[in-house]
Amino acid sequence: MATTTTPVPDASPISGSRTFLSRLTDGDEIARAITFVFAASVVLITVLLVLSLWQGSVLARHKFGFSFFVTQVWDPNAGIFGALPFIYGTLVTAIVSLLIAVPLGIGAAIFLAELAPARVSDTLEFFIDLLAAVPSVIYGVLGIFLIVPLMRSYIEPALKKTLGFLPLFQGPAYGIGFLTAGIVLAVMIIPYIISVSREVLLSVPRDQREAALSLGSTRWESTWKVVVPFARTGIMGSIFLALARALGETMAVTMVIGNTPKISASLLASGYSIAAAIANEFNEASSPLHSQALIELGLVLFLLTFILNGLARLLILATSQRGSGMGNA
Amino acid sequence: MKRIAGIAFVVLGLAAAVWADSTLSINGAGASFPNPIYTKWIADFQKKNTTIQINYQSIGSGGGIKQVTEGTVDFGASDGPMNDDQLKAFQDKHGFGILHFPTVLGAVVPTYNIPGVNAELNFTPDALAGIFLGKITKWNDPAIAGANSGVKLPADDIVVVHRSDGSGTSYIWTDYLAKVSDEWKAKVNKGASVNWPVGLGGKGNEGVAGVVKQTPDALGYVELIYAIQNKMPYGKVRNVAGTFIKADLESVTAAAAGAAKTMPDDFRVSITDAPGKTAYPISSFTWLLIPQKFSDAAKRDALKGFVKWMLADGQNEVEALSYAKLPKEVVDKELKALNNVQ
Repeated sequence: MATTTTPVPDASPISGSRTFLSRLTDGDEIARAITFVFAASVVLITVLLVLSLWQGSVLARHKFGFSFFVTQVWDPNAGIFGALPFIYGTLVTAIVSLLIAVPLGIGAAIFLAELAPARVSDTLEFFIDLLAAVPSVIYGVLGIFLIVPLMRSYIEPALKKTLGFLPLFQGPAYGIGFLTAGIVLAVMIIPYIISVSREVLLSVPRDQREAALSLGSTRWESTWKVVVPFARTGIMGSIFLALARALGETMAVTMVIGNTPKISASLLASGYSIAAAIANEFNEASSPLHSQALIELGLVLFLLTFILNGLARLLILATSQRGSGMGNA
Repeated sequence: MKRIAGIAFVVLGLAAAVWADSTLSINGAGASFPNPIYTKWIADFQKKNTTIQINYQSIGSGGGIKQVTEGTVDFGASDGPMNDDQLKAFQDKHGFGILHFPTVLGAVVPTYNIPGVNAELNFTPDALAGIFLGKITKWNDPAIAGANSGVKLPADDIVVVHRSDGSGTSYIWTDYLAKVSDEWKAKVNKGASVNWPVGLGGKGNEGVAGVVKQTPDALGYVELIYAIQNKMPYGKVRNVAGTFIKADLESVTAAAAGAAKTMPDDFRVSITDAPGKTAYPISSFTWLLIPQKFSDAAKRDALKGFVKWMLADGQNEVEALSYAKLPKEVVDKELKALNNVQ
């Protein structure tokens, strides 16, 4: 500190440092320009992506119009293409996976950030990061060889016995379908939720906890009523990151969902997701209409992600305001 | 060290440049089913003809047809013949036609997993069509049991498994069902991907095999080669002559021989449900798609040389990889047709 401040009052080095400074500002400008190009390229790529999907699906869009979103038939031979079963499958598997992954992930993150000893927390974090980096096809294999037989022989019969009166758990138990796909997705996205939520919880300032403790709250009360609400926005962020991955996941889903474009109320039935359909059929799409309908499916997936992201922003905005209001009270 | 590495790099680069100069590169793309034999053929052919470099990408039949039509590859390959629309699209774009050359034969077999049943099952065409239409739902249905006297079939629901990805295997399977069942033809028809009335979808042969192996009472279909290599049980299918026949290299070649007499000049023929006492009914050719005209004469001669070699010496290599040979009549006819490539 002292060595850098001493030249400043001196006269001659000032001019020297000025040119240095101006050069630095020039550098600033250059850095600014370069990083601006990088940032702008993100926008450009997004726009180009939408544009090419839009142009690539012109035949299908003109032929089907809005009915593409509500038609339940996908028949390449008859030239009838409807996206509804795929939209349904994508949403249902994503919802199932979030229902499982959110409580588990956030619970684990709270334990790691607040309750576990630092050494345990860091060791576990290493494994969680490892899990997050596993390629999805590995999760698909895990799904086929481990989760599907388990689901078919034990979990699904048990669900049918206990909750079989609900339409959600009816029909034959193949071990393949929405529920299994949702579970495999949950296993895949839990590491994301834990990893990001833990970081967010750890970054909550110490004085927040100390203030709560000094007011006489127990450790759990300070965690649940002060630290978690403080970190709410970040935790939401981790959930939406996980949701984005669940929506776009292809390989692991196609291996366990059954790949039948049908809408069924039962979670045990087989279905299809948008990403899986594109991956499965694009190579061998025989007619231009077929491949264009698949490109339009891509557009639909983009739209779906866009809408859900927008909703997520709104939700974060709403809850963060409510959070601060509660904090004031 | 660095300098040595640098020199080595430059030398390698020069060698590559020189080598690239003196070799003729031919690119093809298409069906994945014949990829193992094409890879072997290309390797063996290049050993004898060191100045020719052939690249084959197995991207799927649909992709092969697309790329050869767009002119991005020199030849295509497909498990199903190009339809009239696709031929017209090629003609319109290039001003000349494209020719089909059968290379080897493959077959698709019904595979199943019924707990407690180890016997080799017999399937009638009606039973297969009924099961895949969702009309026959139990294993002990008279349509199945009638052809399998002596086998105790369970009263359980059949779990139908089909391919979820578009594939030549599905094309052959649905082409057969469309021939033996009018209802299938009207409702579903043939294609690389169709609107399946019932069943679960598995990705690739391995996906279907995985679901069938794991799910009790499942019935699916896979390529014969895949079933042989993975020692999967597969059933006999009743042919036109009324005999139940197991798919193997002889019965598949027999199906082609049955069709050879009526082979059209453009080789675009489906040999599913072929006549002949010993013919396996769910068999098919796989084709190379070669444009009728080449602007580069050297390339044309090299490719023609490769096809000629493939039809002669190459045919002796196919059975080692579980493909069925072409019948001699078809080979002779193809050699004549090769003269039309100019």
